[in-house]
Amino acid sequence: MGVVLLLAVATCLGASAIDGFDFPDPETADRYQRLTTEFRCPKCLNESIASSGAPIAVDLRRTVRRLMEEGATDDAIRSHLQERYGDFVLYDPPFEPSTWFLWFSPVVLLLVVAWVLMRIARRDVARETESDDLARARRLLRDSG
Amino acid sequence: MNRAKLFVPVTVFGVLAIVLVLGFTLRDPKLLPSALVDKPFPGFDLPLLAGEPDARASRSNLLGEIRLVNVWATWCPTCLAEHGELMRIREKTGLSIVGISYKDDSRQARAWLKEYGDPYDFNIVDANGDLGVDLGVYGAPETFLVDAGGVIRYKHVGDVNPGVWKDELAPRIAALEASGDIPGGNAP
Repeated sequence: MGVVLLLAVATCLGASAIDGFDFPDPETADRYQRLTTEFRCPKCLNESIASSGAPIAVDLRRTVRRLMEEGATDDAIRSHLQERYGDFVLYDPPFEPSTWFLWFSPVVLLLVVAWVLMRIARRDVARETESDDLARARRLLRDSG
Repeated sequence: MNRAKLFVPVTVFGVLAIVLVLGFTLRDPKLLPSALVDKPFPGFDLPLLAGEPDARASRSNLLGEIRLVNVWATWCPTCLAEHGELMRIREKTGLSIVGISYKDDSRQARAWLKEYGDPYDFNIVDANGDLGVDLGVYGAPETFLVDAGGVIRYKHVGDVNPGVWKDELAPRIAALEASGDIPGGNAP
């Protein structure tokens, strides 16, 4: 158990220092950090390429780094990886017909819930008015009686 | 109105059941759709595994024939599992198979081919995985079907076994041949 923990810690430490890149300035380092957290590791599914220690993530980090050095814009780097690994690598899914369900379903769900709530509220109002009317009718009957 | 309400739970159940059943029938989430099908094979300039020490290969070496491009490594157990089928395909059909020795030790790779047989026309050494990134490779073995014009026509992730050959690769190769893309031909 202790060994496993030690190994895990060692792996994590390794991950933060893996690439051993020197950045010319903090802005570039921040940009690298931000970009690498934007991409999903194709092998490990639930990790970004920034946090994964998988060899493929190392390769992709190196690719991001190389493209940055070549002066690519953020968008160019995104499409570079997307062209090779598909939408899968983007944590921020693009807006296109195959992802409409993804983008619209929360809105549709919200509208349905709002509609149901409104109906319930309206019914309660109707019931209240009904009982008000009854009470008034009784009062009138009693008064006239 | 009240009667219609009775059907709400049934409807909810129905929709939920459909969604969940669809969830079961979806493909393996580990399989990524390939972004590279119908795109040209990426350019490269890399050493060859065998032959002269300074011999190199580039994209132009892939042109002129229908080929399987197989990404493999000695550290990959599934690659060993599919090796027999690659040997069989090569022997039986004469189809050109090109290997990409992916992030591997070249000496071990050569020893491996000596031990298990060599179905490859030639092997491209991708030591650091850069060609792999350009190919969208995320794990070996992966096999690309490349037409004579150097366009990727299909990608199979995982081992090539007789079923994969019969159902996925052979029909596509036959279709390419029928469309005039002759294996062994000189057409681009």
